[in-house]
Amino acid sequence: MAFASKSPWVIHYDGSSCNGCDIEVLATLCPGFDGERFGVINTGNPKHADIFLVTGSINEQNIEVVRQIYDQMVEPKVVVACGICACTGGIFHDCYNVLGGVDKAIPVDVYAPGCAVRPEALIDAIVKGIAVLDEKSAALEKKKKEGVA
Amino acid sequence: MTLLYTLIGCIVFAIVAPLVGCLIAGVDRIISARMQGRVGPPLLQPYYDVRKLLAKENVSVNSVENTYIVCALVFTIVAGGIFFSGGNLLMCVFVITLASMFFIIAAYSARSPYAEVGANRETLQVMSYEPMVLFMAVGFYLGAQTFDINGLFTLDVPIIANTWLIFIGLLFVLTIKLRKSPFDLSMSHHAHQEIVRGVTTEMSGPTLARVEIMHWCENVLFLGWVGMFFVWGNPLSILLALAVIAVVYFLEIWIDNNFARMKWQFMLKSAWIVALVAGGVNIAFLVFL
Repeated sequence: MAFASKSPWVIHYDGSSCNGCDIEVLATLCPGFDGERFGVINTGNPKHADIFLVTGSINEQNIEVVRQIYDQMVEPKVVVACGICACTGGIFHDCYNVLGGVDKAIPVDVYAPGCAVRPEALIDAIVKGIAVLDEKSAALEKKKKEGVA
Repeated sequence: MTLLYTLIGCIVFAIVAPLVGCLIAGVDRIISARMQGRVGPPLLQPYYDVRKLLAKENVSVNSVENTYIVCALVFTIVAGGIFFSGGNLLMCVFVITLASMFFIIAAYSARSPYAEVGANRETLQVMSYEPMVLFMAVGFYLGAQTFDINGLFTLDVPIIANTWLIFIGLLFVLTIKLRKSPFDLSMSHHAHQEIVRGVTTEMSGPTLARVEIMHWCENVLFLGWVGMFFVWGNPLSILLALAVIAVVYFLEIWIDNNFARMKWQFMLKSAWIVALVAGGVNIAFLVFL
């Protein structure tokens, strides 16, 4: 049985977001929407997190930061691109320093579009992410067993 | 015979304390959420968290970190076993301090700057609460004429009658020991007010799960310390002790939700002043009057 789905701890990174999506990410954890109902905890530590929420597009400066946070996270892990900028680059897509969405840097599992992304959409995205997390932890479990045998 | 009781106590504590501690942590999170106007997680959320952490990949920076954490967990259980089997309170205090030492060394062993900040702060916390805890042990001896917890059941009046000032001092340092705001300097349950994650920055997956279980056991032990002040010859007094523990823990949750984190200078000064005034005056009265 997968236990990852019952306690998705998230880490939030602001790429080059206008802060609209960041405010919505934090609103998701506030009393109005209360992400903790589903066990969601906002951690500041990539090593403790299961779900990586990225807001804003990827640019020349933050691509290494995003990669490093992703690398520090412990398997199984899921990436959610929050907001249209994180999905595709959004209105900033043709800026000289913008490379595009989060998938230019790391593999993205769930895309949550919106400008700004609504907390309802975020909760939906996290729940979708949880399903992916379950799949990945089952795969990890299988790999562990095969490794032992 | 005492050794056998302690051994049985340790085994029982190792099974019961994580269960009780897990439920306490779940209730804590629900009450905290309600105080903040939220619904909060399910009661068993702390259990789900630990199960998830145990299933995660093991990526310790070095293998010795996990060894220290296992030692910390084992000594926490031994301290609990000594206390709840009616053993020596002074020994229990020393063993639980040894457990916190292992925890600090585990954080230092990762050689991470953030874990080191957390470890430094944890050391300051130990420095802050330790005088009051030792005064508590001395006050216990003067009240009960023995260091054995068993001795409480032969008393005619609970030790709170003579040591209520020490009890107030213990309540003050209990906020540090239970890792509650405003004194949750080294490791907060509210991630947003943290330098990365304090003392547990480099601990992840199964190691973090062991830290969490250790924290549950610690909480049960410290709440036991609160309860022991209200126990005497009458067996019904245990019910009174449990009621006091419930009230005290609710008070701690209330403090946790209403105060911002203090600086370490304030914690150290206030904890020592409280220890000297509450502990010193109370012990002076017991010795000289």
